[in-house]
Amino acid sequence: MFNGEFCAEWWKYFNGIIGPSIFSTLRMLTATMVLAFIFGFALSIILIIVRPDGLDPHKRLYKVLDFFVNMVRSFPIIILIVAISPLTRAVVGTTIGEKAAILPLTIAATPFIARIFENAFAQVDKQLIEAARSFGASNMQIVFRVMVKEAIPSLVAGMTLTTISYLAATTIAGAVGAGGLGAVALNYGYQSFNNVILYTAVIILCIMAQIIQGIGNFIYKKL
Amino acid sequence: MIKATNLKKSYDSLNVLSDINLTIQAGQVYGLIGRSGAGKSTLLRCINGLESYDSGSLTVDGIEVNSLSDKEAREFKREIGMIFQQFSLLNRLSVYENIALPMKCWNYKKKHIDKRIKELVEMVGIPDKLYARPNELSGGQKQRVAIARALSMDPKILLCDEATSALDPNTAKSIITLLNEINNQLGITIVVVTHQMSVLRSACEEISIMENGLIVESGPVETVFLNQSRALSNLIGNKDLIFPKSGVNLKVLLSRETAEKTIVTQMSRELDADFMILGGETERYRNSVLGSLIINIPVESFAKITNYMDCHHVVWKNIEDEINTSNELEEDKRV
Repeated sequence: MFNGEFCAEWWKYFNGIIGPSIFSTLRMLTATMVLAFIFGFALSIILIIVRPDGLDPHKRLYKVLDFFVNMVRSFPIIILIVAISPLTRAVVGTTIGEKAAILPLTIAATPFIARIFENAFAQVDKQLIEAARSFGASNMQIVFRVMVKEAIPSLVAGMTLTTISYLAATTIAGAVGAGGLGAVALNYGYQSFNNVILYTAVIILCIMAQIIQGIGNFIYKKL
Repeated sequence: MIKATNLKKSYDSLNVLSDINLTIQAGQVYGLIGRSGAGKSTLLRCINGLESYDSGSLTVDGIEVNSLSDKEAREFKREIGMIFQQFSLLNRLSVYENIALPMKCWNYKKKHIDKRIKELVEMVGIPDKLYARPNELSGGQKQRVAIARALSMDPKILLCDEATSALDPNTAKSIITLLNEINNQLGITIVVVTHQMSVLRSACEEISIMENGLIVESGPVETVFLNQSRALSNLIGNKDLIFPKSGVNLKVLLSRETAEKTIVTQMSRELDADFMILGGETERYRNSVLGSLIINIPVESFAKITNYMDCHHVVWKNIEDEINTSNELEEDKRV
């Protein structure tokens, strides 16, 4: 089966279809993770401050944010993408393609990251916060100089987890017009009865997930 | 100077502090002792504004702590260092960065921070651990780092919340020695909260005993010890001594003047009276030695012996009285 003819055919698919889609997936994933990290981090800071046991509790604000975070997280990604397509069209101008996928993926990933980060910050020893208060640190200093510093390993682990989850999400987005490896596996592989393309894409996705986990572990250990 | 008058605080229906009156002079080492839940930690946290109080007044150098705005309260806390039972160091920062943290928060110049840290590690005796992480240090060393951090901004007051409770006795002793040195050299007022008698004895000049949110006894540590009040024996607990069936059991307290004399054997010789020694100990205090001796004397020589002790200013207590009163109290509680 794995003879010269097969290899030539595989290379044709890989070079023409699969290869470019790998980069497409990576671009989507990177953009989504960068944006979601920025927004998610900001949101997590607000959550940890206004939490009932936080530095400056605001019960009502926390409830609103908490509801929003839970609601967005409760959507399966594919439903979220189609549900907010009017918004996507208004913002990006289209609902098809890489760029159009980044918006819903970011919207989905932001609360996900915010919740993971919030939990990581909440794990920081309360006595450290009290010590910081005892020498007159402000709330912002407590957050950035104590909580973030102490939670960095958990934040890295959380980002690794999120990145792999959203690698899967980008491939699902491929089913509704986002392009990338997911679209290739479905359109050229599954729906065209082309197992070579399907399983090549699957294997590449597995390898990508392994690499992301490996990088995450490496950084975690370095810390 | 720290002054509390009619200080009260409660969580829901639980009175944590009920009517606290207390004065701590500048430059003093002051001890707050009590069982867990007595309210001593809460009182300590009120002093630097980590906890608020419901009514009454608490002033530090004439400033009413509860009246400060958020910003003023932060400035105020700068003047008061604090150390904790669990050291509260950031594990991901080096010793250097840990000590630098308060100064960084207050935007001190890098040069100043660097100089100050080097002075501080010398003072607390860990100059070789500057770039170690806290998890590479022993408990005593961690507490030294915490002390250096608390002193980094030249505070006027140092609050110690069970600072030696997580340490073994020898390490605890060395930390106490360090605190005494700091008090002597820098003249910082130190307030110590603890449940360990040994800490109070070797560090404090004055102490207050707290029970259920109240100060039940306070005064110079030697006086409190010589008084042998119920509050003190509640705290230390009576030793399980086996008393002979006959005779009277007395507790003889040796004060600064009598602890280093052979008063008891003298008495025996001069009065030609025999008695049994059931137990005894001497304890080193900050400035002196105090001791106690428990003796059993025949009933007929009771008057003679107590008279002799009164003449020589030896404080004594009849242990039966003490046991009876504490039993009565127990019964009162049950009723």
